[in-house]
Amino acid sequence: MVLLVGMSLLEAAFPNGIAQYALGGLLIGAGVVLIYGMTGIAAGASTFLESTLSYVSAQDRFQQYRPSRDWRMVFTLGIVGGAAVYAVAIQGGIWVTEVQPWRLFAGGILVGIGTRVGKGCTSGHGICGIGSVSRTSIVGVVVFVAVAAVTANLVALAGVTP
Amino acid sequence: MSQSRWFLPVVLAGGLLFGFGLAVSTMTHPEVVLAFLTATDLGLVFVMGGGSVVAAVAFWGLPRLRDDAPLTGDAYSRRLKPFDRNVVIGGSIFGVGWGISGICPGAAYASLGIGNWPILYGIGGMFIGAYLQGWYRSQRTKTPVRTPADD
Repeated sequence: MVLLVGMSLLEAAFPNGIAQYALGGLLIGAGVVLIYGMTGIAAGASTFLESTLSYVSAQDRFQQYRPSRDWRMVFTLGIVGGAAVYAVAIQGGIWVTEVQPWRLFAGGILVGIGTRVGKGCTSGHGICGIGSVSRTSIVGVVVFVAVAAVTANLVALAGVTP
Repeated sequence: MSQSRWFLPVVLAGGLLFGFGLAVSTMTHPEVVLAFLTATDLGLVFVMGGGSVVAAVAFWGLPRLRDDAPLTGDAYSRRLKPFDRNVVIGGSIFGVGWGISGICPGAAYASLGIGNWPILYGIGGMFIGAYLQGWYRSQRTKTPVRTPADD
């Protein structure tokens, strides 16, 4: 009986299973470890936004990332390329979201502000920071997951789909 | 920094694995992230969980095996960022944006890779947001009178 209740709870929490999530997470971790192991750098994805702006803006805030902007560009091109390999080899064609463009754009602006003010994103705080048992990152992750969950539920309640 | 000729190829290989992993995890689909945030599919905990466990083993173990990284000679240091109120303020702004859109930087780059062209609205927004905060903070540091001591 307990087992049955447990099974149905798992079914409700993970309707699509967990295999692709866990495998994807391990591969993401492997990418972080390869770079860290060979170079000592714990790479996150969001500094790329500011380091790339240093190519076109003289603001101090962006110029401070000048020394890392080239490898960050290469890292990001790798991320796009790795996903493209998946699209060709496994997905078999392109995949396009149905989430409305205004949501992507408005959310993107806030993500761009927040990730730089908050010193990290889902990869910097979420993977590297938690992996380093950094208290700053653990607080950052708890805050953004909690706020995002409330926001996403409010948007859904307001009847916005998708 | 004296750079090995293998530096950029290794960064590229790491990025390829990272992006391929993001695509496998389906975190490249904003719909999947929104399903996680509205608790209809909690699978994403295994993405962050799996990634951070692998990273934790390396961050813990490598400094015990070697003194420095082979390609840069840099010490294996822990990635610790100072805590201040910006972590909470920025994390909250990030959270509102993530909850509205279901996208974050790394997953957005990978989403472009799987052909999801509307993600360009999101990536464009991220650059605008990053520019706005950088412009604002660069202005503030030029007028030190108004800069609070804890920033």
